[in-house]
Amino acid sequence: MNPLSKPWIWSWLAAAGAFALTLGLTSGRGAGELGYAALSFGAFAAIVGLGQMLVITLGPGNVDLSIPATMTLAATLALKTMGTVEGTAFVGLAVALGVGLAAGFANYMLILLLRLPPIIATLAASLIYQSLAIWSNRGLRIKPPRELADFATGQVMGIPNVAWAGLLLAAVVWVVLERSVWGRWLLATGQNTHAARLAGIPVEMIRAATYLSVAVFASLAGYLLASFSGGAALNMGTEYLLMSIAVVVIGGSSIAGGNSNVPGVWGAALFMFLVVSMLNSYGAGAGVRSVLTGTIIIAIVIAASTRRVRA
Amino acid sequence: MTDHERAPIVTLTDAARHFGPVRALDGVSLSVAPGDCIGLVGHNGAGKSTLVNLVNGGLSPSSGSIAFTRGETALQAGVRSVFQELSLCPNLTVAENLRISHTALTGPGWRRRARAEIGASLDTIFPNHGIDADAVVDTLSIAERQMVEIAIGFAPRGTEARLVILDEPTSSLDAGIADQLMAHVKRFCAAGGAVIFISHMLGEVFEVASRIVVLKDGRIVAERQTAKFTRAELVDAMGHVAAEAVESAVAERAFGPEVVSTAQGLRARKGEIVGLSGLAGHGQAAALAKLYLSRSSSWHSRKDPDVVFVAGDRARDGILPLWSILRNISVSVLQQGARWGLVNGGAEARIAAEWKSRIGIRTDNVENPILSLSGGNQQKVLFARALASPAPVVIMDDPMRGVDVGTKQDVYAMIRAEAAKGRTFLWYSTETEEVCQCDRVFVFRNHEISAELTGADISEEKILEASFEMQEAS
Amino acid sequence: MSFLARHRIILPVVSLAVLLAATFYMQPRAMSYFGLNLLFNLAVPIALATIAQMMIIMVNDIDLSLGAFVSLVACVTATFLNDTPMLGLLILLALILSYALLGALIHALDLPAIVVTLGMSFVWGGLALFILPSPGGASPDWLRTLMTVKPPIVPMAVVASVIIAAVTHLLIIRSGIGTVLRGVGGNATSVARAGWPVIRLKAFAYGLAGLFGVLAGMTLVGLTTSADANIALRYTLLSIAGVILGGGEFIGGKVSPTGAVIGALTLTLAASFLSFMRLSPDWQIGAQGAILILVLTARLIFSRRGEA
Repeated sequence: MNPLSKPWIWSWLAAAGAFALTLGLTSGRGAGELGYAALSFGAFAAIVGLGQMLVITLGPGNVDLSIPATMTLAATLALKTMGTVEGTAFVGLAVALGVGLAAGFANYMLILLLRLPPIIATLAASLIYQSLAIWSNRGLRIKPPRELADFATGQVMGIPNVAWAGLLLAAVVWVVLERSVWGRWLLATGQNTHAARLAGIPVEMIRAATYLSVAVFASLAGYLLASFSGGAALNMGTEYLLMSIAVVVIGGSSIAGGNSNVPGVWGAALFMFLVVSMLNSYGAGAGVRSVLTGTIIIAIVIAASTRRVRA
Repeated sequence: MTDHERAPIVTLTDAARHFGPVRALDGVSLSVAPGDCIGLVGHNGAGKSTLVNLVNGGLSPSSGSIAFTRGETALQAGVRSVFQELSLCPNLTVAENLRISHTALTGPGWRRRARAEIGASLDTIFPNHGIDADAVVDTLSIAERQMVEIAIGFAPRGTEARLVILDEPTSSLDAGIADQLMAHVKRFCAAGGAVIFISHMLGEVFEVASRIVVLKDGRIVAERQTAKFTRAELVDAMGHVAAEAVESAVAERAFGPEVVSTAQGLRARKGEIVGLSGLAGHGQAAALAKLYLSRSSSWHSRKDPDVVFVAGDRARDGILPLWSILRNISVSVLQQGARWGLVNGGAEARIAAEWKSRIGIRTDNVENPILSLSGGNQQKVLFARALASPAPVVIMDDPMRGVDVGTKQDVYAMIRAEAAKGRTFLWYSTETEEVCQCDRVFVFRNHEISAELTGADISEEKILEASFEMQEAS
Repeated sequence: MSFLARHRIILPVVSLAVLLAATFYMQPRAMSYFGLNLLFNLAVPIALATIAQMMIIMVNDIDLSLGAFVSLVACVTATFLNDTPMLGLLILLALILSYALLGALIHALDLPAIVVTLGMSFVWGGLALFILPSPGGASPDWLRTLMTVKPPIVPMAVVASVIIAAVTHLLIIRSGIGTVLRGVGGNATSVARAGWPVIRLKAFAYGLAGLFGVLAGMTLVGLTTSADANIALRYTLLSIAGVILGGGEFIGGKVSPTGAVIGALTLTLAASFLSFMRLSPDWQIGAQGAILILVLTARLIFSRRGEA
């Protein structure tokens, strides 16, 4: 099969292009550093992107707007629990993941019991999570335990540890989507929920599990990001709201649902970082970077729609 | 009336409309003049809605011609349609809905004029209707909505309604309101308007129509003054004149215990093939969907499901469009070979290959996308999906749409073989011959079971009789 | 059909009244010209942004770029409109026009509005940064005067809210074109069948959203006297919440301009309510979320009772 027909290839090509163009300016110097930085920073976008991808796969109208708030809340509570005491890294992780589970459960209950559209349910819930984070944080900046900070900023075999975490998660999601019964059910639900239900698929269970997963992924990303950057900040999740949706779209997953693309999410996450560093090294300001990012997203949606029309 | 006034509003000359190989309308000549009230009758798929869409400009003919005497388009000629499916904006008020279809209603005070116009139209057709022109449509009952839609159809809307097409206008009206409509249609035609009236209530057709046109298989098979028809002749004309002796080899078989019994009265025994019949849209599909949903869960899925479903509306209820043929077949049996929650790829491929040859899906590779198949072959995939599952009850919602004759024979044989092995089939079909092959038939009318036929009683006449309201529209 | 289901406006009105009563009970001094002014200080730009979002939701789409757009308008207002009014005006008109074009594009290519507006939020945000890399600029004097005018008896924010509600009510609920626009959300097929050009109607709805977005950005600068590129990012989510609080629904063209303005006022009040209760301001945002959930729960209970 023609490799160019794989939708994920484009985000990797774009990432490679941005990588090459950046290095073109330095005639190849600093390739290792740039790659390392891209893997480190891309990991967070990839983790939340994988979660958002599962939700978007559920079909039109499904999106989780509470990702940033869940990240911040999980990170804040985890760091507070650990309180810079050595040897508490796993306790902190458990707290973070517990926050994720609770947030996902709350989101899903709002959707199920109040019959709210997912957008408004996750939006309303996120306002509350945000307040919880502000309240528990009290403006303090608690540092992560040193061993955890070392781990989050460390590397194994030249690859940053946070990237290992992101890659491992991507591998798990890939196996689930491509090989497991549950993944098949999710993909079927996203293509046509009604038809999936009539084919005997437990669509409510799938929806519940998906909203739990995305929140757990967000909490993991928050935990790692806070450990990586030396503490939780109240605005640490902000940029990941649009980022999580953007990497899904650029990664070649269908916004209409039922079709997801795990490698594409990583490619898009790397691309989002590399395009910023490329424009940086060419002296472009933050404004130009943002405009270009937006233009790329829209161009991709238009390209995807014309492809659909031809098919 | 002068000759000019008697000139036909619309004339169809040998008009045909094909959808791919399907001849929905196969050469129809018809002219509608002022004062005509044409009763249009025919069984499912006879071509009624295609004919209506040609007249109102929704479709253009594949061959033949359609001509309006006044103006170029149906809209200019004063042709209006009142559709069976509700086409109001539910979030707007009654008067506002008139505004949508009356594009010239502008300027300050339009709301007052809209209220007056729709109010007048409602008052004329349905005296004492009790509908407030300022009520939002989705707060109205279904009957009230239908009344509003009819009133908008007859309202002047800046020009004048000359031909109004009413497609099953009384389906959700009670008898009293329906009588008001009948009376209005008569007055409207007497005053020089024209109506095409489609209904499954033969009593109404006889009461209101001046001329009855019978469609069958895309052709007009009979067109006479109403007085020259008797009920029996009309039913005969609609049915298959040469009703070949359907293989009445439906030998008396012994069935097991009752496995399906709904509050509505639908019952089936183990090993039985139960047919659901009646005119389309009279609650058969809803009854089957309800039965399926009540016997399966949205929260968990069992390895040995109780029921499986074969969809007839493939795009809406069946096909998973992004997937391959293989995945579309195997979705019902994923849990069988699964280990650790992972799909058993080998078993999946075997099942797909087995069903590809058993049911004859025309493709060189089951990995091809499902949408690469023709409609009939997609339908075979849905059959394969259901029959591959071990479920003892198979629910089929008009599954033979767009399937060619050869395939149908294969599927019939397969269904009989599976039933002999003890599976139960509930089979809704819009084609009466198919239903005639069942062991027991339930005929639906107005969302209720109007007849239960068994054995020798299962015949096209009996089904038609039970499908149409034979009494006077009272 | 219950009384409340027929009159969707009642629930938002009651929510606002209850919240206002609670505020006055906790802090009687708020029941004054000055107190009301303080409570509803930032209500006008939020109400305008909510109306803008409502225009998009009315035609069954959603706008994730509104906050960035309002920020951009604020930056243009604080720079170009202040320094070179003609150029500033032209830029603002171009922004409205680009919104209309976006609506036409989304309809013509059948694009998912949520993703297109997501992309546009980066574009607007980038342009804003381009114009005003660091917080600054100044409000045009006339705008400042307008926003700080002290009408007799009731404060400016309340008067402005009533005017906004009245004008948009006339435009969307009373006028012919507004009716057709809502019809597009309710049943686009039947509107098209009656011979309306749906693409132009959609462009018009988006253009109106652009217009109200521009007004939101301008009034915001009039209140804050300066701007920055992130000044109104919160408005995206606030405006969606406001529309829903006001009795609007995501699909079906069911929107209420009066309700949307009331929803915006409720959200503004929810934030300032806590500081009046001398509770920690940490909970301001959370209170908005809690109010949203409470009102939606109430709506569900009443609509269930209506069905029964």
